[in-house]
Amino acid sequence: MATPTRESTASTARPEATAPTPPATVTLRLWRGDEAGGEFRDYTVENLGGEVVLDVVHRIQAEQAPDLAVRWNCKAGKCGSCSAEVNGRPRLMCMTRMSTLDVSEPVTVSPLRGNPIVRDLVTDVSYNYAVARRIPPFQPGPREPDGTYRMKQVDADRVQEFRKCIECFLCQNVCHVIRDHEDNKPNFAGPRYFARLAELEMHPLDVLDRRELISSDLGIGLCNITKCCTEVCPEGIHITDNAIIPLKERVVDARYDPIAWLGRKIRRRPDPTPAKVAASFAPAAKTGEVISTDAPTRAED
Amino acid sequence: MPVTVVDQTQEAPRPTPVRIGGPRGGPPLSTVLRKDRWQVQPALTALGLLGFIGYSIWAALRNGDFYAGNVGRDYLSPLYSPCLTHSCTTAGYVWGGWNWWRVSPAFLILIFPGAFRTTCYYYRKAYYRSFWLSPPGCAVPDAGSTSPSGVRKRYTGETRFPLILQNVHRYTWYFAVVFAGILTWDAITAFRFPNGVGVALGSLLFVANAVFIWAYTLGCHACRHLCGGSAKKLSEAPVRQWFWKNISSPLNEHHQLFAWCSLFSIIVTDLYTYLVASGAIHDPRII
Amino acid sequence: MAEYESHDFDVVIIGAGGAGLRAAIEASATGARTALVCKSLLGKAHTVMAEGGVAAALGNVWPEDNWKVHFRDTMRGGKMLNNWRMAQLHALESPERVLELEEWGAVFDRTPDGRILQRDFGGHRYARLAHVGDRTGLELLRTCQQRAVGLGIEVFMECKIVRLLQDDSGAVNGALGFWRESGKLVAFGAKAVVLASGGVGKTWKFTSNSWESTGDGHALALWAGADMIDMECVQFHPTGMVWPPSARGLLVTEGVRGDGGVLRNSEGRRFMFDYISDFFAKETADTIEEGDQWYENKKDFRRPPELLPRDEVARSINSEIKAGRGSPHGGVFLDIASRRSPEYIRRRLPSMYHQFKELADVDITKEPMEIGPTLHYIMGGVRVEADTAATTVPGLYAAGEVAGGMHGANRLGGNSLSDLLVFGRRAGQSAAEHALGRSGTVIDNAQVDAVSAQSLAPFERDSGENPYTVHQDLQDTMQSLVGIIRNESELLEAKEKLGELDERASKVGVEGHRQFNPGWHLALDLESMLAVAHCTTLGAIERRESRGGHTREDYPEPDPELGKVNMVTRMRDGAVVVVREPLPEMPDELKTLFEEAH
Repeated sequence: MATPTRESTASTARPEATAPTPPATVTLRLWRGDEAGGEFRDYTVENLGGEVVLDVVHRIQAEQAPDLAVRWNCKAGKCGSCSAEVNGRPRLMCMTRMSTLDVSEPVTVSPLRGNPIVRDLVTDVSYNYAVARRIPPFQPGPREPDGTYRMKQVDADRVQEFRKCIECFLCQNVCHVIRDHEDNKPNFAGPRYFARLAELEMHPLDVLDRRELISSDLGIGLCNITKCCTEVCPEGIHITDNAIIPLKERVVDARYDPIAWLGRKIRRRPDPTPAKVAASFAPAAKTGEVISTDAPTRAED
Repeated sequence: MPVTVVDQTQEAPRPTPVRIGGPRGGPPLSTVLRKDRWQVQPALTALGLLGFIGYSIWAALRNGDFYAGNVGRDYLSPLYSPCLTHSCTTAGYVWGGWNWWRVSPAFLILIFPGAFRTTCYYYRKAYYRSFWLSPPGCAVPDAGSTSPSGVRKRYTGETRFPLILQNVHRYTWYFAVVFAGILTWDAITAFRFPNGVGVALGSLLFVANAVFIWAYTLGCHACRHLCGGSAKKLSEAPVRQWFWKNISSPLNEHHQLFAWCSLFSIIVTDLYTYLVASGAIHDPRII
Repeated sequence: MAEYESHDFDVVIIGAGGAGLRAAIEASATGARTALVCKSLLGKAHTVMAEGGVAAALGNVWPEDNWKVHFRDTMRGGKMLNNWRMAQLHALESPERVLELEEWGAVFDRTPDGRILQRDFGGHRYARLAHVGDRTGLELLRTCQQRAVGLGIEVFMECKIVRLLQDDSGAVNGALGFWRESGKLVAFGAKAVVLASGGVGKTWKFTSNSWESTGDGHALALWAGADMIDMECVQFHPTGMVWPPSARGLLVTEGVRGDGGVLRNSEGRRFMFDYISDFFAKETADTIEEGDQWYENKKDFRRPPELLPRDEVARSINSEIKAGRGSPHGGVFLDIASRRSPEYIRRRLPSMYHQFKELADVDITKEPMEIGPTLHYIMGGVRVEADTAATTVPGLYAAGEVAGGMHGANRLGGNSLSDLLVFGRRAGQSAAEHALGRSGTVIDNAQVDAVSAQSLAPFERDSGENPYTVHQDLQDTMQSLVGIIRNESELLEAKEKLGELDERASKVGVEGHRQFNPGWHLALDLESMLAVAHCTTLGAIERRESRGGHTREDYPEPDPELGKVNMVTRMRDGAVVVVREPLPEMPDELKTLFEEAH
């Protein structure tokens, strides 16, 4: 099939300060395969300059491999869909400029290796959505006498850092607790959801106490704070320092610190409402029955 | 190895199936795809930490020349402070004056800052990465993930003894504050000379050491939590908010830096005291 | 014969952006068994791209603000082509919807006394946009997502709906789609279906929209026999990135201008002062001095022309570029670096700073940005009844960008997020009420077979044309012939080309198998985009005037008679036809709002 013509952009591209003459072509070494196995395959395309990895993947898709599976949505680093491992480092493909990579040799792009594979660069991220369902949602306290909720910016600031999360799940992918030890998945929330829990625990209007849950079912003790989640976060959220460690300290307050316990008793401060322990993972779905149109079908109540 | 999720809850079936185990994509995890030199960081960290441990054992076994009173300097090595023996009786204070203690007092003292640093969130990261190799780098396999036989070892993080003891970090911090106070006192006495107040190169080193120790101690994650981070509404606790926002959080951002600076300054201060006390060098007086 | 997986629900919602999630929450709260079906993963919808804020007359910053002012701004911004009742409901209910988000855990930026802070935006008389830095859409989507998850609403992710199913009377009774992951067929029996599928941007070449915006909902409604209105009214956002090529079209938030950014041409001139139309002359500063003072004192000074409605700004930029006063990469300069401190810029516009730094290697605190118009939003869409969001097909509802009427000929910034909430809720509620009053549904296997065969046909033609090529040609056609400035001959040419593209699209072939095959997914999306392209082109031919987002070179002025009609497009005998139908008449008490001097 004919190569689609593209608006010529190479001539208008700004010269990169560091590379006097960029190579005429770039090669991506893409993982092709599914559950049954796979392999890296090299695809060489023209080097147009000013592109990100996802652009090159798209050109490969349009010109050489129309069935190359890849997830993407906004291509602006806002939706967190195009997560992959570029040269072995978990990245968003849309936010990785080709000019930051060494293109004199093939650039490897593999799917997130912490998740089960679906096909090519697409992996199964359902584990994350299952964890999300286990977190007791936000529960606000009473309103102010004038019927409003009031919140100061200083309190909002702490929470807003975590609400920047675009759910790209790079942190969940890189976390060795589950990447290298799959058996921990049912008992571990993962960095994304520790950030979510920290957000709820620090939310000035929320009244639930999730600390028991965080330490038991959601397994914060499994985290050994090696900070890879923070390193890969494309939004620059300080997951370890601002979410996980504060949660660990809150768990210490609730569980391990006799002085804190004594202090609460003496001051008779009422404990916040403890959150109901969330159900364990929902079972693997039985997604509807399979029906053949040969037989008459009725779906009614 | 796929993990089967046991149907415990009898919830309604989920439309999007939850699959938490199964074959992964890409080459096996044991194949590191990173092209940068990820080994360098953990190796440097290991070298630095081993260097410090080696030095402090040597310094503790030395059990001498830790106080420079003999050459007219009120310098007490931070590894031997507070002074517990008669060897530093000319110092401004003596805590012990024990003579029944046979081993180097440094071992007794090192327990406290040692415990503080061992349970420190930064050092935990550092040694889990460089000694445990759990993991040595990001997207690099955890050493415990595959044993040579190919059987995965169970990983329990900090949920079991002894690592569950990391949760006592805030208690070690209480002691660390006391020690930071003592080292501050040592820095003040470092300006005391037989003929009155003055300044020598050593005095400045002691001040730098005290500053780094405070920067490290006040930027501690436990401190940050206790001083304000634990508050649900910072806006309703103005003093805690001020401390959290202006002292603890900014220092905490550079906790790693101060962890190393203070480690280094302890070595330098001890070594300097030793060299001065043993007469190997002369401490130049500035004022 | 086709094998399929079947599910039965009261209400099926297609699309899980802001409108879809809000509809699902409401339908579920009303007591309907509700399913949410989306083409991507949950939480990735295009709503996350909305930056500036959600418009609601809360009056937290300006106590003078109220629904009437908001209503008036919306109607004037829409060049009076709006469905007045929708605009009224929107202005009335949006404050309540925003406060509801706060109750669900949203954390907006705050005023010093702890209420929701509001910011200025083009076309809004008062600072009215509740916001979170420049990622308000993400906040809205995440809040609704977490609420929906908390309520246990069923979500079918990565599932593309290809046709609605209808009973003999024509009422919608289900939807048919494919799992993207497995390529398997899935049928939903539903007593009511809500379309909340968003926009159509991918039909054009330079767009701020994500890949999902292929007009699926528009096409589903059209094929089901529903009316579409004013599909020619398409908004080109004035500020999209123009460099590097890969980022071309990406949105640069209007917040940059709200926070002090100005537009300059290659001569350094603030050219917007040369383009103030009479319609807005009264409320716009005519000197640079006055414009600059407005940022500090909004009471005594008029706003600078950089904050005119989007259509005005986009046309002005287009004129400057055509006159040869553009920037090196074919845009104009948006400059905030010389006007605000780096700290201020980084605090107020963090994701813009990030976006330019990462994608263009431009530090917006030091250099001006290069920007140009980019396709952003479609004001037209499925015709709905204002109060219930019901389309002209029984059992089918529409909310959000897919629905038409609310924004008239041009949408004001910030009104889309409030639109999602107000009409998402209304659609969810009326769909649920409709469903609860209806008995069971039966899936018609003949329909399933026919649709399935049609959808899978590209696999039979592995020597057929590559869908990517057809898509690129469609985008080129729409960009060059049905772009920001239109004329009769180009539109007629476009109409002809679309006929050819229909032909080519019906012959595309795809390689490989059904499992997560993007080539096949594009082949399916192509049908929707073509349907949209036909509607837009026909409407544009018929609307012989310039109004809002629709600009005709050959009819440069608005025509008062055409301002009273909707261009209605619908399917008749397998072809799209266009007819003029009158707008609903505004009651007199609302008309008086437009007579008062401001």
